[in-house]
Amino acid sequence: MIIPTVPPSCFLVLGAILFTIGVIGALTRRNAIVVFMCIELMLNAVNVSFITLSRFLNSPHGVMFVFFVMAVAAAEAAVGLAIFVQLYRTRETINVDEINLMKW
Amino acid sequence: MLDYVWLVPLFPAVGFIINGLMGRRIDRRLVGWIGCSAIGLSFFVSLLLLFELLRLPPTSRHHEVEIFEWIVSGTFRTVVGYQVDPLSILMALVVSGVSFFIHIYSVGYMHDDPGYPRYFTYLNLFVFMMLTLVLANNFLLMFVGWEGVGLCSYLLIGFWFERDSASNAGKKAFVVNRVGDFGFLLGIFLIFTSLGTLDFTEVFNKAPSLGTTLVTTIAILLFIGAVGKSAQFPLYVWLPDAMEGPTPVSSLIHAATMVTAGVYMIARCNVLYSMAPIALTIVAIIGVATAIYAASIGLTQNDIKRVLAYSTISQLGYMFLGVGVGAYGAGIFHLMTHAFFKGLLFLGAGSVMHAMSGELDMRKMGGLRRKIPITFWTFFPATLAIAGIPGFSGFFSKDEILWQAYSSPHGHFLLWLVGAIAAGMTAFYMFRLLFMTFFGQSRAPEEVKKHIHESPKVMTIPMGVLAVLSIIGGYVGISHVFWGGFNKIDEFLAPVVGGHGEVATSHAAFSLQRVAHAAEGGIATATAHGLHSASMELTIMAISVVIALIGIFVAYVFYIKRPELPGILAEKRKTFYTVLINKYFVDEIYEFCFIDSLKSLGTGLWKGFDDVVIDGAVNGVGHLTVGLSGVLRKIQTGFVQSYAFSMIIGGVIVVGYYLIKAIFH
Repeated sequence: MIIPTVPPSCFLVLGAILFTIGVIGALTRRNAIVVFMCIELMLNAVNVSFITLSRFLNSPHGVMFVFFVMAVAAAEAAVGLAIFVQLYRTRETINVDEINLMKW
Repeated sequence: MLDYVWLVPLFPAVGFIINGLMGRRIDRRLVGWIGCSAIGLSFFVSLLLLFELLRLPPTSRHHEVEIFEWIVSGTFRTVVGYQVDPLSILMALVVSGVSFFIHIYSVGYMHDDPGYPRYFTYLNLFVFMMLTLVLANNFLLMFVGWEGVGLCSYLLIGFWFERDSASNAGKKAFVVNRVGDFGFLLGIFLIFTSLGTLDFTEVFNKAPSLGTTLVTTIAILLFIGAVGKSAQFPLYVWLPDAMEGPTPVSSLIHAATMVTAGVYMIARCNVLYSMAPIALTIVAIIGVATAIYAASIGLTQNDIKRVLAYSTISQLGYMFLGVGVGAYGAGIFHLMTHAFFKGLLFLGAGSVMHAMSGELDMRKMGGLRRKIPITFWTFFPATLAIAGIPGFSGFFSKDEILWQAYSSPHGHFLLWLVGAIAAGMTAFYMFRLLFMTFFGQSRAPEEVKKHIHESPKVMTIPMGVLAVLSIIGGYVGISHVFWGGFNKIDEFLAPVVGGHGEVATSHAAFSLQRVAHAAEGGIATATAHGLHSASMELTIMAISVVIALIGIFVAYVFYIKRPELPGILAEKRKTFYTVLINKYFVDEIYEFCFIDSLKSLGTGLWKGFDDVVIDGAVNGVGHLTVGLSGVLRKIQTGFVQSYAFSMIIGGVIVVGYYLIKAIFH
């Protein structure tokens, strides 16, 4: 049985869809954790594109980038969640539209 | 010895520094000692310098000491340097000598004042500045002294600054002086631009190369400075108000020394003035006009110090009349005798005030002759001296000026006539003062009467010394009509100012003539004048003595014989009297012409320019910034998601740009 090769464009389209979902989620959701998850989603959509193109171009560079992105995302998750915990302790909310201290 | 001339101003400077820095922490008696001994030492050094100078032949009596270079810029070079010549040493002697006695007097007079150390600090600074003025060897250093004495005058007039009138008088003196100093400074600038140097010797050597117009302009500008400093018409208004200061200050600064700086300056610049006959005439006319004008105001004043103040203005007018007719020596001679008797008159007035619990109004005095005899017996010769009674110092100097006003090539009959009438007025108001204060019945309130007492010795001894000087001070300049003459002072000053008011007609021959003149001394001139002018001079002298005696007699009738007469006369000539007692309304006219218009100009600029333009510009920039940032601020919503949205928009635009570029390439 020959596994039909999935054309790379499909993976790229998948990445694009995931990215778009992430963008829309990040822009519209009010819960900071959901926004955060959406950002993770965007990162992973980019990862999919990297892997696809790495394979397609027979180059290891894309894979290396993916490792970096995953490492950064992990660190970011740790820091971000810590911030949210602190935020919740002081403001008793993690709704991003209620956190507007930077506004003059 | 002449190299040590810098010691003369150094001592008062040291006294100033010590008293200024530590005066409040050290014993009061020590403060007085430091102040007086600083001046005494400087007087002593001046005396030594005088004897040293007298040992030299007259033509070589000139010595300059350069202490350090002050400003060097391109071709411009000014040093801090002092010079000794007959004129400057005579001035230094008068300044330090009179100051010395007034310092001693002040020890008694200011005894209970809380500002005692401050007083001596200022006084020493004043003497330092005044000595710098008279000993300077260039115009710029002279100007430093000139401004320095102005500053001290301001500080000392406003010495009791808690009194509004005193601080206002100080400000008035400062501002009015500034008007004159402006002219003086312009004159210095003009000298520098036309001659490239400010050194006295160089300026006077190069001066003959200048055109008459230029020299006249310079001379008039310098004279404007003298008008301000020496309180001549129309800038005299500050001097009567300066009487707000302590009386010894009035005596030292506003009678004996500082106000004579203008006369000294003109005598110093005699080379320039002799080249500018028009300027000389202006000096003489302003001088004689001031003399009679101030004397007429003095006739009606009731404040003892104000009478003396107007008398000072009038006497300064005489000095300017003297230098204005080219008789520089006579002007300086009168400066010297005036320093003695006017200094003394003020000290006497201070002693009277001391006795009368600070009373200044002569209408509340009277009969003090028996109560304070020492003051009276020192005051009396000074009054005789200023009135020009033969035998007293003022007679010799004043009559020399009047004679020169009549006979010198720059003189005129009218100058003499006005001067002689002013002399009569002088005699009248001085004896009026004397009679009202010391004679007749006491008009003082009872409780003041009980306290009348003679001043302590520390005050009366300096007065005694000055009284002796006011009597004998004139005998150094006896006119040649008496016993062949003994005019040592003219002879002494001749190398600097030329003898007997003779003015060089040809500029080139000037320095030669000066030297020749100095060598021959006064005797040659005496013979040149001849017998005819001698009898003429005697006549002139006799007339002015008679005028003075008439003035005294009138004062006697008015204030001793029939004291009701002045009131009747004032009633009869009401307008005239009102004008005189209000000092010709000059203060009011100035108030109206200058002060009010300047005030409204200032208000206009404040409201029109400062408030609208300057503040408008500053506030406008502020408002613009606030407005613009108000618009920009709208972007800062504070919502993280809207920031993220704009980032994404930006990303889309960038990516879109490259995409479109790639597609259409």
